[in-house]
Amino acid sequence: MSARRLESGGRIDRTTPISFTWDDKSLSGFRGDTLASALMANNQRVLGRSFKYHRPRGIMSAGVEESGAIVTIGRGNRTDPNIKATMQELYDGLEARGQNAWPNVRRDIGAVSGLFSRFFSAGFYYKTFMGLPPFEWGRGTGLWMQYEKLIRKAAGMGAASREADPDCYDHAHGFCDVLVVGAGPAGLNAAVTAAEAGRDVLLVEQDFELGGDFLNQPGPEAETRRLSLIAAAEKAGVQIMTRTTAFGLYDNGTAGLLERVSDHLPAPAAHQPRQRFWTVRAGATILATGALERSVAFGNNDRPGVMTVSAARTYLNRYGILPGERIVVATNNDSAHVTSDELAMAGAQVVLADARSDVARRDRISVRSGVAPLQVLGGASVSGVKLAQHRDGAWRRAETESCDLLLVSGGWSPVVNLLSHRGAKPVWNAENACFLPGPTDEAVFAAGSAAGIWNVDACEASGIAVTKTAFGESATLPEPGGWQAPIKPLYEVRLPDTKPKAFVDPQHDVTSVDVRLAHQEGFVSVEHMKRYTTLGMATDQGKMGNIIGLALMAEALGKDIPEVGTTRFRPPYTPVAIGALAGRNVQGHFKPLRRTPLHDWKLKEGAIMTDAGLWHRPWYFARSGETITEAYIREATTVRETVGICDVSSLGKIAVQGPDAGEFLNRIYVNGFGKLAIGKARYGIMLRDDGMVMDDGTTWRLADNDFLMTTTTTNAGKVMVWLEELLQTRWPDLRVHVTSVSDQWGGAAVAGPQSRAVIADCLEGAAIISDEALPFMGVASARLKGDIPCLIARISFSGELAYEVYVPAGYGVAMMDLLWGAAEPVGGCLYGLEALGALRIEKGHVTGAELDGRMTLDDAGLGKMASSKKPFIGNVLRQRPELTRADRPQLVGIFPKDRSQAFNGGALLSVPGEDTGHGEGWVTAVTHSPALGHWIGLGYIVGGHAAWAGKPVIATDPVRKGDVEVEIVSPHMYDPKGERMYG
Amino acid sequence: MIRISCPFCGPRDHSEFSYGGDGSITYPALDAPMQEWHDAVFLRENICGVQIETWQHVNGCRMWLLVERDTMTHEIHSVRSAHPGMAAALGAEQ
Repeated sequence: MSARRLESGGRIDRTTPISFTWDDKSLSGFRGDTLASALMANNQRVLGRSFKYHRPRGIMSAGVEESGAIVTIGRGNRTDPNIKATMQELYDGLEARGQNAWPNVRRDIGAVSGLFSRFFSAGFYYKTFMGLPPFEWGRGTGLWMQYEKLIRKAAGMGAASREADPDCYDHAHGFCDVLVVGAGPAGLNAAVTAAEAGRDVLLVEQDFELGGDFLNQPGPEAETRRLSLIAAAEKAGVQIMTRTTAFGLYDNGTAGLLERVSDHLPAPAAHQPRQRFWTVRAGATILATGALERSVAFGNNDRPGVMTVSAARTYLNRYGILPGERIVVATNNDSAHVTSDELAMAGAQVVLADARSDVARRDRISVRSGVAPLQVLGGASVSGVKLAQHRDGAWRRAETESCDLLLVSGGWSPVVNLLSHRGAKPVWNAENACFLPGPTDEAVFAAGSAAGIWNVDACEASGIAVTKTAFGESATLPEPGGWQAPIKPLYEVRLPDTKPKAFVDPQHDVTSVDVRLAHQEGFVSVEHMKRYTTLGMATDQGKMGNIIGLALMAEALGKDIPEVGTTRFRPPYTPVAIGALAGRNVQGHFKPLRRTPLHDWKLKEGAIMTDAGLWHRPWYFARSGETITEAYIREATTVRETVGICDVSSLGKIAVQGPDAGEFLNRIYVNGFGKLAIGKARYGIMLRDDGMVMDDGTTWRLADNDFLMTTTTTNAGKVMVWLEELLQTRWPDLRVHVTSVSDQWGGAAVAGPQSRAVIADCLEGAAIISDEALPFMGVASARLKGDIPCLIARISFSGELAYEVYVPAGYGVAMMDLLWGAAEPVGGCLYGLEALGALRIEKGHVTGAELDGRMTLDDAGLGKMASSKKPFIGNVLRQRPELTRADRPQLVGIFPKDRSQAFNGGALLSVPGEDTGHGEGWVTAVTHSPALGHWIGLGYIVGGHAAWAGKPVIATDPVRKGDVEVEIVSPHMYDPKGERMYG
Repeated sequence: MIRISCPFCGPRDHSEFSYGGDGSITYPALDAPMQEWHDAVFLRENICGVQIETWQHVNGCRMWLLVERDTMTHEIHSVRSAHPGMAAALGAEQ
């Protein structure tokens, strides 16, 4: 191929040159070029190396179906591999490189793998890894462990950058009455028709210019028509998006769009995302997605210099390039004829090799009837083509034509992919040798060449008619077809009993031999053939090769194509970057961050935060030079000896209100709440229907019909949903309303012997917090200094004399200033989750680590809380035989035998010497206990404390710490009688 | 993308809702025999076709809904409030 840019013609702007690099070589193109057209204008032929055999590849098409010119663009963290050069707009400074080759695509050492092509045949991966012939010698040798590394290195595509993506991506949502996909002759007419009928229309086009096939035509008429349609669309209010691909269709008229906002620029502007991922909900969808020209399988049909006929028309008329000087045009249908004329007019020597007989003579062109290409001559470029003639039911060798460019048209395949996404099976149309869009009940319609209509005028008419029928109006739909002479189906050309290198899916190096081998080995369903040969599984999703593969399989089976069927296309139509799927949900925005009202206050006081669900909660408050261990031991000790303050705002809080609130709580908690006195709190546990523990927390009775329920931080949302479900679906007669008030209150736990004094210091009137006025589990409404309203509950998670103080969220910081102002002078501290954990483990109080959804009340040692006087949720199924077995694991405390040793959470508890399987139990939580002076833990063990007291047990943790000998003790490891909290 | 027509909020994407479970189950009384509870909690039909499901408009009005959905096509045949009183009130309005 010796391509050259013509002096005039095309849609490129010759006054605006654009410089770019190809494999570090500086080249130049024009505004309006794609990377492919610019490379072609610079006569660059070998642009890629194939997937398996490292065969040289060049430009094969001018669109999304490209399987040869696949390159890497960008540099460093903006490296973008596997880009189809035919789809990449040229921009100033664009850096492009060949990929899957060393040292470069023109001289590739990996090409030797072509010599071993016998080994890379269909089912290569399966055969290799299963040790099947010809790989039987590898079986069981461990050699195959090495295969993968070699294959990964030799095969494949471009390499992604290992650096973080510097660009951002947006998610956006859109709505319209009519979504028109494709802005060619049919799509533009559809959009104008719908918009002029008053519909809200969105028109999307993957190209950077509107017009579709109008852009490929020479002369001013097509351009005039294109401009007038665009003007009409704009006037009618059509919303137009270019550089936007509708990559998938989903339920209820939902379409996924990818808008390439700045891929045509060196880098996105500061305010721009690189790409925008759209979810569009359309009342009706009109698919004017066009058709793709397919190739034919013959020897070396993948050489650089073999491309589709329509691609040559695009390069000639749109980009002003004559792609070759001596051109053979091989076709089986009419569509190639006009291109042949145009190429001859532009100065090329053209031989038209039409597979059909008795083709009429044409001016300036040498026409050959009844011949088809058999084998391409040449390596890195085409030097000629051996032709074949069909005689007596078989192809026979004919003469050789020398040429530098071979154009092939094996027919056209309507782009039915998006309808296939919706499950509409394409229907084979024998007359036009193509699949047409299948029937669907959904409001999705195909128009133009996507419906198998080949002439531009008929496509325009189709766009109008289909849109009218979409609105329920009557219209005459143009019939599929439109060629003067019928197509002659042609999928493969080979001499009998030969095995040429004829590519069906060039991107995945699948040949016609592979398809027949798959059939021979029993993979006769198209879905199996696809997976076994990987045909159609490359980034082009079989846009060029699928039909040929089906036809070859049909031939091998002795069936017709419709009997063999076709594989179902799945989204995306063209590749979508992972970054676009992620959108802005990355790094700090990967999940929402919930902040308590005291968040900034705690940071100011030196909190080191940790994740607790969506919340950031203080882990510990480090003093200078302190490690986390030193910090939490100090904090926990301070709580036991003086006083500590901890933010508990993240606890779930639910207002349960109404005349039946008491009855409601009675039903959901295992223990009674109906008779709870006003001004009192009670610890409650709720079960699931199946009898497992769901959540725990205290609930306070504020008034006769008014309770404030607290839940664990993690389960706040789940409990709220559960209460709503019960009230709306099961017990609609209960007069109860539940309201989430978690965010409305800011709260602090004040714990330790000095806690009463500290709070008294902060109150308007200290009497309210006296032992008599506010006994253990009492709740009072009071005022902090500065007339701040608050609720105080005397409840204790640490086992010390302790209170929880809640204020309206906006007063949170004022409350903390007051409490800390009183606690700091007496030697108090702020404490975080690590100290909170230490204190509760010492007391044997359970949390999510122990109540993990698999535990019953009895397992957790809380069975005595269950009321026998009333029914409650989960009471029936918790008594299932399996849940009442004596050998279920039970909550225990754990000490190391040698008190100087530590052990790990997650370790299994086993009998020494029998540390296999699941052991006898497991460790749920560990801490260094400041009160006891050594490491302690909580866990579950079969039979509980009674069964293991005094017996040897090991905490076994083979991958981390190894075995530690432990003792099983009561879970109430500190102050077992609970005297301290009565202070 | 399934779209559910919430009787309180109008048509919304299913991402605003969370799936509950089998909407055809009548849960037994809290003190009903174990067999009844066992059946209600553990036995489920695996329907190919239209089934009744509970969904909650959790990122909307938080109402629980009874949805008739075809498991083959995702087609939604009806949506009503799971609360019988509200369903009746809305029905009377229309």
